[in-house]
Amino acid sequence: MDLLVLVLQGVIIAATPLVFAAIGELVVEKSGVLNLGVEGMMIMGAIAGFSVTLETGSYILGIASAALVGALSASLFGLLTQILLSNQVATGLALTIFGLGLAALWGQGYSGESTQALGKVHIFLFSDIPIIGPLFFSYDPLIYLSVALVIGVSWFLNKTRLGLILRSIGENHDSAHAIGYSVVAVRMAAILFGGACAGLGGAYLSIIQTPLWVEGMTAGRGWIALAIVVFAAWRPGRALVGAYLFGGVTVIQLHVQGLGFEIEAQYMSMLPYLVTIIVLVVISHNKTRAALHAPACLGKPFFASS
Amino acid sequence: MIRLEPRKEMSKNLLYLTPVIAVALTIIFGGVMFLILGKNPVRAITIIFVTPLTDLFTISEIIVKATPLILIGIGLSFGFRAGVWNIGAEGQFTIGALVGGALPALYPVEGFWILPVMCLAGIIGGMAWAAIPAFLRTKFNANEILVTLMLTYVAVLLLSVLVHGPLKDPAGLNFPESRLFNESATLPILIPGTRAHVGFLIAILALIVAWMLLTRHIFGYQVKVMGQSPKAASFGGFIQNKVVWLCLMISGGLAGLAGTFEAAGPVGQLVPALPVGYGFTAIIVAFLGRLTPIGILFAGFVMALTYIGGEAAQIEMNLPSAVTGVFQGMFLFSLLGIDVLAGFRICLAGRRPAGATG
Amino acid sequence: MTDKSLLDLSGVTKRFPGVVANDDVTFSILPGEVHALFGENGAGKSTLVKIIYGVQRPDKGEMRFDGKPYAPAKPSEARAMGIGMVFQHFSLFEALTVADNVALGMNKEAIGSNLDEQIVEVSKAYGLTLDPARYIGSLSVGERQRVEIIRCLLQKPRLLIMDEPTSVLTPQEVEILFQTLRQLSSEGCSILYISHKLEEIRELCEKATVLRGGKVVATCDPREETAKSLAEMMIGTTFKFAERQVHELGKDRLVVNNLTSVSHDPFGVDICDVSFRVRSGEIFGIGGVAGNGQVELMETLIGEITTVADSICLDGEAIGTMGPTARRERGMCSVPEERLGHGAVSDMSLWENTILSARTRKSMEKRGFLDLQIAQDFAGQVVSKFNVKTAGIDNTAKSLSGGNLQKFIVGREILQAPTVLLIMQPTWGVDAAAAADIHRTLQDMAADGAAILVISQDLEELMAISTNFAVIAEGRLSEPKPTGSQTIEEIGLLMGGVYDRLGDADEGAPA
Repeated sequence: MDLLVLVLQGVIIAATPLVFAAIGELVVEKSGVLNLGVEGMMIMGAIAGFSVTLETGSYILGIASAALVGALSASLFGLLTQILLSNQVATGLALTIFGLGLAALWGQGYSGESTQALGKVHIFLFSDIPIIGPLFFSYDPLIYLSVALVIGVSWFLNKTRLGLILRSIGENHDSAHAIGYSVVAVRMAAILFGGACAGLGGAYLSIIQTPLWVEGMTAGRGWIALAIVVFAAWRPGRALVGAYLFGGVTVIQLHVQGLGFEIEAQYMSMLPYLVTIIVLVVISHNKTRAALHAPACLGKPFFASS
Repeated sequence: MIRLEPRKEMSKNLLYLTPVIAVALTIIFGGVMFLILGKNPVRAITIIFVTPLTDLFTISEIIVKATPLILIGIGLSFGFRAGVWNIGAEGQFTIGALVGGALPALYPVEGFWILPVMCLAGIIGGMAWAAIPAFLRTKFNANEILVTLMLTYVAVLLLSVLVHGPLKDPAGLNFPESRLFNESATLPILIPGTRAHVGFLIAILALIVAWMLLTRHIFGYQVKVMGQSPKAASFGGFIQNKVVWLCLMISGGLAGLAGTFEAAGPVGQLVPALPVGYGFTAIIVAFLGRLTPIGILFAGFVMALTYIGGEAAQIEMNLPSAVTGVFQGMFLFSLLGIDVLAGFRICLAGRRPAGATG
Repeated sequence: MTDKSLLDLSGVTKRFPGVVANDDVTFSILPGEVHALFGENGAGKSTLVKIIYGVQRPDKGEMRFDGKPYAPAKPSEARAMGIGMVFQHFSLFEALTVADNVALGMNKEAIGSNLDEQIVEVSKAYGLTLDPARYIGSLSVGERQRVEIIRCLLQKPRLLIMDEPTSVLTPQEVEILFQTLRQLSSEGCSILYISHKLEEIRELCEKATVLRGGKVVATCDPREETAKSLAEMMIGTTFKFAERQVHELGKDRLVVNNLTSVSHDPFGVDICDVSFRVRSGEIFGIGGVAGNGQVELMETLIGEITTVADSICLDGEAIGTMGPTARRERGMCSVPEERLGHGAVSDMSLWENTILSARTRKSMEKRGFLDLQIAQDFAGQVVSKFNVKTAGIDNTAKSLSGGNLQKFIVGREILQAPTVLLIMQPTWGVDAAAAADIHRTLQDMAADGAAILVISQDLEELMAISTNFAVIAEGRLSEPKPTGSQTIEEIGLLMGGVYDRLGDADEGAPA
């Protein structure tokens, strides 16, 4: 039982960077923008969070700067795609390449350094309940933040007027513009939010999960987050489930060898990537259903001709 | 306030001028970056962009780097025109090197037929790896961006596991690398005393064939129509799935060939660190070259220059190697940002006719 | 300009690159007045109402609302003043509910505590039934228009702008709409009614402002004018409309048997058991309200979507499983509804666009290689024979005006000398003279033995040129009848999808 609890805890910790990145990208895509730069924004957040935490000793400052740097990277994407109307796919790729390079440059001096583990939240009495306690009430504050963020985004999209406006812009930007909503302003805000979330995801990885700085440490998590959004059919709750499933795959990979299976480490490392492909196939194979869930204007450029 | 006004006709002059402006912008941004890093920007820019061009050996090294970039870039350009986003050329490159290099790594046989067989195997390997996303997209509608990318991670791991195992050099003291390829399995050298190999000529040949396809052949036409308007393509009687397959086969095959060239050329064996990001840089090459053959030729050289210049700067000015990646990212950003000039006219709202109420 | 007028425009001017959309436009609307703004396609009507609604700002001139200066910077300001607008192309969101759509189109302050109840209340008061919980994607075009109207009515407008509202309605639906508008006008709401249809303006409006080339050319009381005099004001000259020609019909060319096709678009229409034939010398017209399967039918006929082999036969050969190229080889050419992005590629030059559909019949392609010279020559021919206004064949398709591009595409298909021509909205967006030209060309082709299928929303057009006629509704086709053998009421019922009942009535009558 203890082992199971330990494994599940591992799953949740492994999944949290994905939760942050996926929920941010979900909002971006709901507004009709496809930002393929998640990987780049995540790694920028990772190094920003790591270096600031190490230099100042303050987790709060570190995490805040990760979100800020993530949003700043995203603003570059926003400027290019929304104002200068560049191709979203190409710009997202550029952001990833640029982010990986810049983060490597920034992180030159930090290789091998490590931050202290962040303290866990201790909730009086609750944390001491057997099984339930360790499973639900024994994490660092960021994990609770990630779950709160998912709930918040779900509420925002479905229950608020601004959320409705954001969804409507993702569905049909021309109509939204005709009615009088500022497509570009709303999308910019969504892009910045997505960047901040990706930055947080990266920071979680470098400050809390590992906690060290390694060049290219996001290792495709940004791309997996994009796949999770598809898997979730653009619903926040399902994105959380999807991220935990992928977290599970990552953790299994670590435990299989511990359980005595004779298999090369590299084969196990392929698992998350292969699972992503299989999930994509399963989710997308019904073309009509896939089209029904996706925001109708996803990835299309908007230019106010009138 | 600045407004954008769409041009009725794309400005052709600007279309070709924008890459040049993008290079200039990148150099300016790069200079700012060096200032922030506390280095002399003029010296750094000179070392990266000018010095390598003044020496025959560094020029030959630029050719070595430009070869895979051009080969992969031209292959990708078809897909990018058609809206088929193969961004996993790095994976196809890796598998191409693996399949093409397996023969000399396992059996050190001699013969004139070995190189052609290796090249063919490399092309088939790259195609096979690209066939997975092609199949999954046409059959199951799975997004090829994510599939090709995920497969890149898988390919790199696969190379690693095989080089640690079956392909390991029996006499290699247990290092994770294959035996060195023998003479028959090594590409002939183009300029004596350098590493520039005949693969470069094949890359040029690929450019010429691509140019023919794009300007004179129905396939090039299909690709252009498909990318600009899928509905018009089906009106024209073009089958989308066929174009998806062809684009992925071309880009996969050329990336695989580039991988074999890399193994049979400058590297000379199979090692886990064989893939160094050419597959990703080639994406920038394709865009910087405006997806045209001649443009890709130039862009391949410019990007190769950033590698060689970046290495020189690393040695001479103690700059981190990541500078190259940053430069390449900035290139693509500048290009995408400046592109707006070709499609739109930039107007100052203040210059509108007098008496405007808005 | 009287003191009591609700809205005054004086000297409103709006320029776009290369064109003056509105030139010194001046007129006023009185409270409770139903005011027509009419003119041809491209006369500047849409731009003008967008200015009034705050979507665009004029370059010059001023507006007064209720006697006070009025210069809306955005639509919400117009709405706050009590101006509502129903767009020609609805600003609705298919994946959202009626209630969500209504909420999006209202200013925040105007939304009460229970929107659903308000919607039901207003829809009852004006006879426009609507369920607030339904998704727009599942509504018919007529119902979608109701959503737009209710959205405006909930804000108790003082001026309601309707942009070409009847082009998507059946005659019966038009009657209901007119009743609603008259009721509104009697309650004191002014209506600015944009249209190019003469009859309905004479029926509904008390005053009319006529636009031509962006300028106001006349103001009149349409009830005192004839359709002919209104047409002359609109067009500026008089000319002859094409008249239906009667000649012998030959053998069957295009035969469609029990064609059935399921749409791949979640909001698309399935084609259900459609049968008809088009003979040599015949112009067969298919009418109907937009969004009832016309696009899907066209896709299966062109061959973009393939079907069972013998459900489509061309000159006796089963072609249902063939793609567009094979069908073209056999003599079938087509003009789809959407010009940019379907019938032509926006960013390609005119000559490159000929390769798209004429490469087979004009032998531009030999073993995969293209003969660019033939393509360029052919493009030149199309431009000169069809009087396409362009600087040259190297210009892109999108640089052409809507009407000129239509002429280019129609010309590209006609000059391939097809034996069967499928054409959708043949005169959409072209001016009256060019429309008459296209009609005449179609009739000449039919006289030379071609079979022509025309799918159009313009009933007048179909009545004028087609030999036989049927109506498509919800993907089903009514029984083809000789043009002119049905009353407008019967056609209206068919357009509303009630031909089953009509059929029953026919059978039941003798019994």
